[in-house]
Amino acid sequence: MDKTTASLAEAVSGIGDGATVMIAGFGGSGAPIELIHALIDKGPKGLTIINNNAGNGHVGIASLIEHGMVDKIICSFPRSSDPVAFNEAYLAGKLQLEVVPQGTLAERIRAAGAGIPAFYTATSYGTDLAKGKPVAEFDGKSYVQERWLKADFALVKGELGDTYGNLTYRMAARNFNPIMAMAADVTIAQVSRIVQPGDIEPENVITPGIFVDHVVEVAEPKQEEVLIREGASYP
Amino acid sequence: MTLSLDSIKLTNAQIAWRAAQDIEDGAYVNLGIGFPEMVAKYQPAGREAIFHTENGVLGFGKAPAEGDEDWDLINAGKKAITLNPGASFFHHADSFAMVRGGHLDVAILGAFQIAQNGDLANWSTGGANSIPAVGGAMDLVQSAKRVAVVTDHVTKKGEPKLVDRCTMPLTGVGCVTRVYSSLAVVDIADGHFILREKLPAISFDDLQSVTGGELTVDGSVADLIVPEQ
Repeated sequence: MDKTTASLAEAVSGIGDGATVMIAGFGGSGAPIELIHALIDKGPKGLTIINNNAGNGHVGIASLIEHGMVDKIICSFPRSSDPVAFNEAYLAGKLQLEVVPQGTLAERIRAAGAGIPAFYTATSYGTDLAKGKPVAEFDGKSYVQERWLKADFALVKGELGDTYGNLTYRMAARNFNPIMAMAADVTIAQVSRIVQPGDIEPENVITPGIFVDHVVEVAEPKQEEVLIREGASYP
Repeated sequence: MTLSLDSIKLTNAQIAWRAAQDIEDGAYVNLGIGFPEMVAKYQPAGREAIFHTENGVLGFGKAPAEGDEDWDLINAGKKAITLNPGASFFHHADSFAMVRGGHLDVAILGAFQIAQNGDLANWSTGGANSIPAVGGAMDLVQSAKRVAVVTDHVTKKGEPKLVDRCTMPLTGVGCVTRVYSSLAVVDIADGHFILREKLPAISFDDLQSVTGGELTVDGSVADLIVPEQ
């Protein structure tokens, strides 16, 4: 078995028009910038993007939006230090937004990965975000029914990845990566270094390779935060 | 009212100091983005709180020196942080299991409006061109063991933020139990605002006049005295 892919372009080659794509990361931390940029190069249209945020500056998800490739964003917090790409598209009516409480977003993704079609949570009870959703009482408290959230593809960023797809993460860059890797039909991981099976101690594997389909090496990945401070734009 | 609130009210740092005095040793605490983050600076000596951030860190410490930032190590406000000994990393679903499973002792957030029944509005003004952004607020307010608010007592226009009923979109229902404002400390129980502490410079009647719901008193009202910060 060898899940490694030689190029970023090859790694994203299966993502076509209308796909739903989970993009991991929290702001720039853990964001697979090089995979996103490879997706921009490929240029599919009508994408639904699932991320905690909605892009910042003119790189990564913000650049996907600026290239008119995104129809809908599902996120918890579309604000950022420089949200101009999202704001312009959203206020012009070109971009649908589904705001999901952050814990509900994470749990909907986790539930999809675990084969749980719906669950109940206290979060959002009595608020506008619970409108139209079934409510039930358990042990005297009211809860809102939420459904799983699946995707066709997940783009994730790891630190080490072996040829079986086992992944590690660096510090708080872990965030949405492990759960998104579980929730998509096809999970594509960029990692700083590809290693051989056994090079990652089994105790240190965070995402087991069963959740990962393709691994591509990006030896010195860019940090979105650094790119934004430099005023970078892509392409 | 002839009294100028601006001349007597507490600064945000002072409100944060007051809120910090109620955080017990050993508490697991989440602080909202922005002003509530200041609470961490005023931990009383001899007490140790462990701070949680939604993006998957328990036990973070101070901001790093400029130039020492590692952008894989940030908090929910996307600011660079450092780690204290004993810190841990975890993924987002575990992070919110800590929140939604009722494991956090205290959550301290900002507010647009707080109602006397404990309802909180702090995520969307509901305006036509406003962009809604909720983050982790709805999770925190429904499931932390104690939910407190730090806030100015009135809006920039002078309107009460403590109200009889929220008119803005709710973040959570019946969730807030204590408000640390720029003028007072107010508890919420059984559908009432209960005044616990107020600045000595403001009378009860003047405080009531800038509060949108009835202030009740249960026992004595202490002076709210906060050192300069």
